[in-house]
Amino acid sequence: MDKIWLVIRREYLTRVRNKTFILSTILLPLFFIGFIAASAYFSIKSVELQKIAVDDNNGIFKNSFQSDKVITYEFPTGVTPDNFKDKGYSAYLYIPRHYDSPLDSISLLSSKQLGVDAEDKIRDQINAAIRNKAFLENNINKTVLDSINQIDEEKLYKFSTVIKQGDKTQQSNSGLSSAIGYGSGILIYMTLFIYGAAVMRGVMEEKTSRIAEVIISSVRPFQLMAGKIIGIAAVGITQLLIWIILIIGLSSIASSWISHDMVQHAQNMSTSIGPAAGNSAAATFINTKNTFVQAAPWGIIIPCFLFYFIGGYLFYASLFAAVGSVVNEDPQEAQSLMLPITMPIILSFVIMTTAAGKPDAPIAVWGSLIPLSSPIVMMARIPSGSVPAWQIAVSMVSLVAGFVLTTWLAAKIYRTGILLYGKKVTFKEMGKWLFRKS
Amino acid sequence: MNILELQNLKKYYATQKAVDDISLFVPEGSIFGLLGPNGAGKTTLLRMITGIFYPDSGGILFEGRKFDPIKDIPRIGYMPEERGLYKKMKIGEQALYLAMLKGMKRQEAMKRIKEWFVKFEMQSWWNKKVDDLSKGMSQKLQFVITVLHEPRLLILDEPFSGLDPVNSNLIKDEIYKLSQKGTTIIFSTHRMEQVEEICEHIVLVNKGKKVLDGSVKQVKADFKENIFSVGFDDLPVPFDNDVFKIVGTRDHALTVKINDGHSPADVLQQFLSKKSSIISFNEILPSLNDIFIKIVGESSVARKFETV
Repeated sequence: MDKIWLVIRREYLTRVRNKTFILSTILLPLFFIGFIAASAYFSIKSVELQKIAVDDNNGIFKNSFQSDKVITYEFPTGVTPDNFKDKGYSAYLYIPRHYDSPLDSISLLSSKQLGVDAEDKIRDQINAAIRNKAFLENNINKTVLDSINQIDEEKLYKFSTVIKQGDKTQQSNSGLSSAIGYGSGILIYMTLFIYGAAVMRGVMEEKTSRIAEVIISSVRPFQLMAGKIIGIAAVGITQLLIWIILIIGLSSIASSWISHDMVQHAQNMSTSIGPAAGNSAAATFINTKNTFVQAAPWGIIIPCFLFYFIGGYLFYASLFAAVGSVVNEDPQEAQSLMLPITMPIILSFVIMTTAAGKPDAPIAVWGSLIPLSSPIVMMARIPSGSVPAWQIAVSMVSLVAGFVLTTWLAAKIYRTGILLYGKKVTFKEMGKWLFRKS
Repeated sequence: MNILELQNLKKYYATQKAVDDISLFVPEGSIFGLLGPNGAGKTTLLRMITGIFYPDSGGILFEGRKFDPIKDIPRIGYMPEERGLYKKMKIGEQALYLAMLKGMKRQEAMKRIKEWFVKFEMQSWWNKKVDDLSKGMSQKLQFVITVLHEPRLLILDEPFSGLDPVNSNLIKDEIYKLSQKGTTIIFSTHRMEQVEEICEHIVLVNKGKKVLDGSVKQVKADFKENIFSVGFDDLPVPFDNDVFKIVGTRDHALTVKINDGHSPADVLQQFLSKKSSIISFNEILPSLNDIFIKIVGESSVARKFETV
């Protein structure tokens, strides 16, 4: 009917023209991209070259330690824990003669933290040296050992996981799909809260400003409630679309800039160390980009995301509207009444963290079928490509049935609550309203 | 012809019989007063007439046919006691939105809003927000919004509360003009002096029941207590008689109550026989306020909660 259309139009326009909406819609993606770009940029630029003085009292490490593009090992004489800094070393590695004795330990002395990466690399070098020594002691000659050590597994073979269901196959990448699942789960979780709360505040505004009665003498309460919910849904979709466009646009600009910079940076390095290492960084980056596009079932993810984004919102929005209709001016009242709504949402989030990693765990399967949690949990499972079609179908049908039910129940509470002033409403009373005819 | 008829209307809440078997009719074109103390059930009654609530039982006839909220709402204008507007919405847009919700076309609504804004000197408000208005100003706006769609039946719940005398008169004049154009007006209030001034017909409800129904003249006549005011050049010396009792004295007038079985002429005769210098003689009718207090005051003031 055209009256509900008028309500939708008002809800949409007043919100979209709001300064806060415009700012948050434009600034959030800028902030997001800026953050990622900045952290990527600094992780490349901030690599510090380390020069480590090794005091090898045992003697087996000297020939085994290999400097790389970031860490250089030197074995000078006359460098002590007291003067390594003055002599231009960033750290001093002390290896005792009996490094394998339980009484002694290999210790790394530095004036500041070297970082996890650097420490790992140093330990790798120590482990390799010990291992090499063991190989040599067991009659494996040095040329054989060297050729074994040169094997680069990454280049030797390619590994791919394929999910096969019936006659359909799908490239899969567990890490990537769980990241996509996690991301979409969080996004739906956030939108449920952001837009759900917007519905609640809108209803509270109409009630506390007393305009509800003026409007309800021209439209049915259900039209007013449904108009608000649909109008805010349209705002949410608008915001999402703007975000997607901005993020794709900005990230392609940012990535071209970063990858260019990265290639250059790598090439600068390669002149001093070796050509192979330099290009591989750029290659890895481009490679990742390709797997990102290929290795996830985007054809299913995108439509499903839209469905669960809207379905989950519709399921919860009417409940938020019902809460908004029964509270008076006291925001604290809203808090306690919201609890039964926020609990299942938070619980779904917890299940989602499991589901993103283990899409076929029983709790994930159940969570993705029940409409209370399905919008968040199912979105975490879908990117894995291993969800059977029947489960998606059941989940979708139950979500639609669920939101029809919540809307029906909420409308009954809303109709009475919106015109009731100054009285604190208990859950028991709301229960009564549900079973009362008009 | 009655524009509105209520037949045995009932609406019970969990702890109260808000409207308990009320029947009344509102003649077309009249100004009708719906009176009652706080919590008498006036608002519930009005909400049923405006289609916000469904009655538990009983019937509503609008223009002679069964009341159908969806169809008939465009012909009703309702200004609730709890006034409300969107605080953050621009005034012009808000008026347009509410008019269109009543079923008006955009151009038509726009034209009428502009006319009313000119009439009430509100043109400069168009792009302001309700937040910027004083209480009286928003009251005026609310009135304009209520009458924009030219309803056949206009229901005003406490229309003058919060208005200064100038704006009160402005709105009162508009109400008269609408009445002359044939709009039926229902006034809900507990301010009796306004009712006396404006209304032709009143109904008094108390505790969900109708306790009084009639024209203002009739009701006053029904409740008269045979009290007259007699004015003199010189106050006569009081004297004993069985025709009247003196209930009050002002500088040049006596207030007398005529005993049962005697007429005003008997009173005059008594004074004339004493050669009193009478200069005026007129009946004092009770004010609606007195009647209201008399009826409502007899019952306990606060409504108790009860089980239904």
